[in-house]
Amino acid sequence: MMGTKKPQKGSFENSLKRLEEIVESLEQGKVSLDEAVGLYEEGIQLSKECAEKLKATELKIRKLAKSAGGDFEVTDLDQE
Amino acid sequence: MPPEKQVISVTDITRQIKMSLEQRFPRVWIQGEISNFKQHTSGHLYFTLKDEGAQISATMWRSRASGLLFTPEDGMKVIARGGITVYPPRGSYQIDVEQLTPVGIGELQIAFERLKQKLAAEGLFDEARKRPLPSFPERVGIITSETGAALQDIRTVLSRRFPCVEIILRPVRVQGAGASDEIAQALKEMNQYGNVDVIIVGRGGGSLEDLWAFNEEVVARAIAASGIPVVSAVGHEIDFTIADFVADLRAPTPSAAAELIVPDRLELLEVIRNNEYTMRQTLAQMMTTYRERIRSIVSSYAFNRPRDLIREFVQRIDELQRAIGTHFAHRYETTTTDVESLARRLVAVSPGNILKRGYAIVRKGEAIVTHAKELRPKDEPVIEFQDGKVATKVQ
Repeated sequence: MMGTKKPQKGSFENSLKRLEEIVESLEQGKVSLDEAVGLYEEGIQLSKECAEKLKATELKIRKLAKSAGGDFEVTDLDQE
Repeated sequence: MPPEKQVISVTDITRQIKMSLEQRFPRVWIQGEISNFKQHTSGHLYFTLKDEGAQISATMWRSRASGLLFTPEDGMKVIARGGITVYPPRGSYQIDVEQLTPVGIGELQIAFERLKQKLAAEGLFDEARKRPLPSFPERVGIITSETGAALQDIRTVLSRRFPCVEIILRPVRVQGAGASDEIAQALKEMNQYGNVDVIIVGRGGGSLEDLWAFNEEVVARAIAASGIPVVSAVGHEIDFTIADFVADLRAPTPSAAAELIVPDRLELLEVIRNNEYTMRQTLAQMMTTYRERIRSIVSSYAFNRPRDLIREFVQRIDELQRAIGTHFAHRYETTTTDVESLARRLVAVSPGNILKRGYAIVRKGEAIVTHAKELRPKDEPVIEFQDGKVATKVQ
């Protein structure tokens, strides 16, 4: 039985949002050089993480079923 | 009929059925509801006539269809006049329609309109109720048939566009008795499970009755009750189902639903690349700006003041030195001239020089005689000329 592991909800979205914030603050140019370098490093790291996530090429499909006891079971669907 | 088994071919039996049916029903009037209506590019019409218990295929050739005074559509109740024909290649029978007369809106259509009005009056279709879809769903709940085309279509699109999502499938029957209850139950369970960002509920295309489950109240209410955004995806491009009206987003097909819920991976990678580029550019620009500032500060008046002061002092000292040098030189010169002049004057007034001019010095003993009265007779003064002394005697 597969556990119903809790995924990091919206982590991709959060990463992308943060990345856009960083780009925006850099573009506005209201940060000091030290801050800018820090933001830049964080931004590059985030963009790497996001791009890495998008590299996944295989779609995962799992099947949800409710057991007699009322618990949910998520099993891998037979792939054709 | 011969008593022993007689084996005949499919063609033979079909021919016998054809003859039998076509002779038996050369002209009939059939009342039913139109469904699966299709107008072929050739102009011929193909549809199904049905009622609660049965259905029959119908064709209407272009020559006859062109005389129609209305546009037939699914759900319309009609009376068709024509003859029954058999089409042997498919082993099917149909009515070859000569004339078609409408008899009001179909029963299903009426039911549909009634439910639509009722739910609309309750505000279930209000735009304000519609929840926004997540921009980047990580887990997508799908409620459809496990074996249907809808699941395959969704998988295909998601694999191409955004394969980093996970599909959580809750298989249901999507047509037939009890399908609507199963769909409603699945929506409820998907919400209890909760671990998905968006739900697609739907099926591939089909006739009005195939899609009927999506027009039922129980499904509409389950969609409205969902805490997770729901996308309806009933493969029926033109007509809307009740589910479409209640859903947070209506997609015309399951493929379209998949397109709508996820961004395009390549586009997103492009966005990320652009962000990266912008960051690099901005930082580089910032560096340039700072470098410019430093350069401008270094060359600024204030920054260079101490150096300038030093330079000024150096210059001043040089000037002073020059000035001092000139002064001394001048004074030396002046002094030298003075001394030389004095020396000349001294020389000019020296006794030797005076003697040369014809004067003589008269001495009495050691003393120089400057007045005649200092001399008495018998004095023996000595007269000094430029070239020697002469002893004399006063008379």
